Amino acid sequence: MKRSRSQRLRVPVIAVLATAALALAACSSSPSSSSGSTSSGASSSAALTASAPGITATTITIGSHQPLTGPAAPGYSEIAPASAAYFAYVNAHGGVYGRKIVYKYLDDAYNPTTTASVVRQLVLQDNVYAIFNGLGTPTHLAVMSFLNAQKIPDVFVASGCDCWNAPSTAPETFGWQLDYVREGKILGQYIKQHFAGKKVGYFYQDDEFGMDGVKGLDYEIPSSSVVARQTYVPTNVNIGPAVAALHAAGAQVVVAFSIPAFTALLKLNSLKLGYNPTLVVSNVGSDPITLGGLLEAFAKQGGATVNGNELTTGIITDEYLPALSASDSWYTLFKKIHDQYDAKAPLDGNVFYGMSVAYTFVQAMLKAGKNPTRADLVNAINAGLPQGPVVAPFSYSSTDHQGATGAYIGVIGNGVVVEQGPVQTTDTTASGAITTYTGTEQQAPASGIPSP
Amino acid sequence: MSMRAPLLRILGAAVAAAVIVVILSIKLNAFRDYQIAEIAVYVIAIAGLTVLTGLSGQISLGNGAFMAIGAYITALMLAHLGWPFVAVLVVAGLASAATGAIVGVAAARLRGPYLAGVTLMLGVALPFLAYVYPSTLGGDQGLNVVYTQPAFLGANFPLTRWQAWISSAVALVVLVLLANLGRSRVGRNWRAVRDDEVAAALAGINVAQARVLAFVVSAACAGLAGALLAIITALVAPGAFTITLSIALLTGAVIGGLGTLLGAIWGSLVIVLVPVYATDVATSHGLSTTVASNIPVAAYGVVLILVMLIFPQGIQGGVLWLLRLLGISAARPSHEASTADAMPSAGETPARPHEKEGTQ
Repeated sequence: MKRSRSQRLRVPVIAVLATAALALAACSSSPSSSSGSTSSGASSSAALTASAPGITATTITIGSHQPLTGPAAPGYSEIAPASAAYFAYVNAHGGVYGRKIVYKYLDDAYNPTTTASVVRQLVLQDNVYAIFNGLGTPTHLAVMSFLNAQKIPDVFVASGCDCWNAPSTAPETFGWQLDYVREGKILGQYIKQHFAGKKVGYFYQDDEFGMDGVKGLDYEIPSSSVVARQTYVPTNVNIGPAVAALHAAGAQVVVAFSIPAFTALLKLNSLKLGYNPTLVVSNVGSDPITLGGLLEAFAKQGGATVNGNELTTGIITDEYLPALSASDSWYTLFKKIHDQYDAKAPLDGNVFYGMSVAYTFVQAMLKAGKNPTRADLVNAINAGLPQGPVVAPFSYSSTDHQGATGAYIGVIGNGVVVEQGPVQTTDTTASGAITTYTGTEQQAPASGIPSP
Repeated sequence: MSMRAPLLRILGAAVAAAVIVVILSIKLNAFRDYQIAEIAVYVIAIAGLTVLTGLSGQISLGNGAFMAIGAYITALMLAHLGWPFVAVLVVAGLASAATGAIVGVAAARLRGPYLAGVTLMLGVALPFLAYVYPSTLGGDQGLNVVYTQPAFLGANFPLTRWQAWISSAVALVVLVLLANLGRSRVGRNWRAVRDDEVAAALAGINVAQARVLAFVVSAACAGLAGALLAIITALVAPGAFTITLSIALLTGAVIGGLGTLLGAIWGSLVIVLVPVYATDVATSHGLSTTVASNIPVAAYGVVLILVMLIFPQGIQGGVLWLLRLLGISAARPSHEASTADAMPSAGETPARPHEKEGTQ
């Protein structure tokens, strides 16, 4: 009896284990990489070979991690579809040496554990050629060492942290956008020149983003004129005390290194106190369209009606991409692509960003050669890239992986950033001078595709 | 029935599972190895939670915080002390267990929603310590975890395979220990306390002690899971240990079948694999990004609802029901102990104490 029962009981255990084994085995067979090159019919591009993982005779597959859901999704979830729209445009106009770009971006919900998982899926299973524009500082840090250990090009990270600039320890990783230290310096110099003698208050996110920005500001603004330094954490929307402290200190100019939602809260909380300092806001927190929408939404929650465009008017910011104005050649190009491939998204700073960084990637791929290896892409960027839509040159070299080096000051008026003065370039050191950029900004090519 | 037979059965099942993991890890690609490691981490954490909730009848919405403790201790010890990983693992488990004891003392006085509230507070608040002590704990960016596989494996041995092995090994050891604990006096005390505290106290069981011990065991499991998570993702950051993680653990335990260790395995498979499949399906059908990016979340919800509607006792309950239906002699008299998990079979685990009386 005992024996027979123990036999009976063994059956379900084995059945369960077998089912689990089958389930796992089934997983592995699903999306294997499409390495079978379809060389037939590609007679004109006979020289194209599968020169690297993720590259076939007809395609270049790249991957990314993006916050498509979760707290960081509003606004930032528009970036990857905008990049995909630009790639679709390039693919429809001959591709990169005839190859089409396949852009696979996965949702990490801004959670570093999920980032680690989806990036391993992209690299180990989907065999992407490179990781492109992975978004976020804590999220991307979770995969930076993995990508470098695997020798996967990790290009144009979507974050202004200066941590991407580590060519000796992370030779595969490249930043792209203007870093927060340079931003702080450029904004700081403007404040020093235009608001001399005024009391200045800081309002910044209590992490690398805010602290890098403040580092740059402190290089320029004399510490005697800084009367208050207030921080916030993104999970606590009660910033009333911080704003009251800025008010009490009598700050006449408030510099904010904040994400859009907290720029909006800063503005609304100041209004409530009848406090109206001059607002200077870093680039990431000042997109007028996003900001105006947030201001109206937040005010509505509080039972008030405000005009977003009116409230954002007068905010001073810095911008490293051209202004969204109809006279700009990049705006014309990106609007055309947006209307054709990504029309559902609003044409705002996030979409402009996504297309601009995609443009730089196509530029780098064209420079990397007809049948590039992964190292060819890294070498191509190390040799320097034309600035494309960005208003200042890139810093790329074998010893500098940062990205954009300068920006212009803009003032928001009626929902758009209006350029005020020339592009300023600088470096990330305390002593590095801020100089007016004398080169000319590039115009968008008529074809919309960079030349090699 | 003698005490030796079930132990042998449990060990046999563990060895069989180990063999299957080794075969799978060699046959499958490196990303699947990573997923095996991920699943094993969730198995450990969910098994600990399922013992707490299913056996001792206490709820925890804060086990993600215990994982954070294990993970941060691992990161700090590997960076500053350079101890061997096994020693780090033990310390991580002990430290989480100690925290669990403290929480358990408070928890032993609380019931139902109040207990849920206290553990929820822990789950929300604890990761914020990283922001309070950025110089030690790395702030929002977190700490990098440098862990390399042992040299005897050779330079070409895939790291993800080693991670799958070590995580699965810990998971199996934990499962074997929990299975034995569940059928020991400790487990019987937990069930007695869960079903009727007054009756248990009258029978001479120290109710408070039993409840605290359940928290200690649960927290230790979460700590081990956190330590392994730290080495497989190579980073610990507060963003990884939000309240979403604690709720995912509870969801996994409920989907798999509360109170059953095999249910912890089913729950982990669902948590790790469903979002990946749903993403593959969603992105391969040319849906717009807004729609496609929300499909995995929706699929997760649909699976949860379906499982609860069709198999109120979780997947493990459904599996047992199916086996019974197919006449594969899993149908056993309902008053007997369950299979390898050594706990009441899911079909008879009361979802709440007092819901059914005295069939045990």
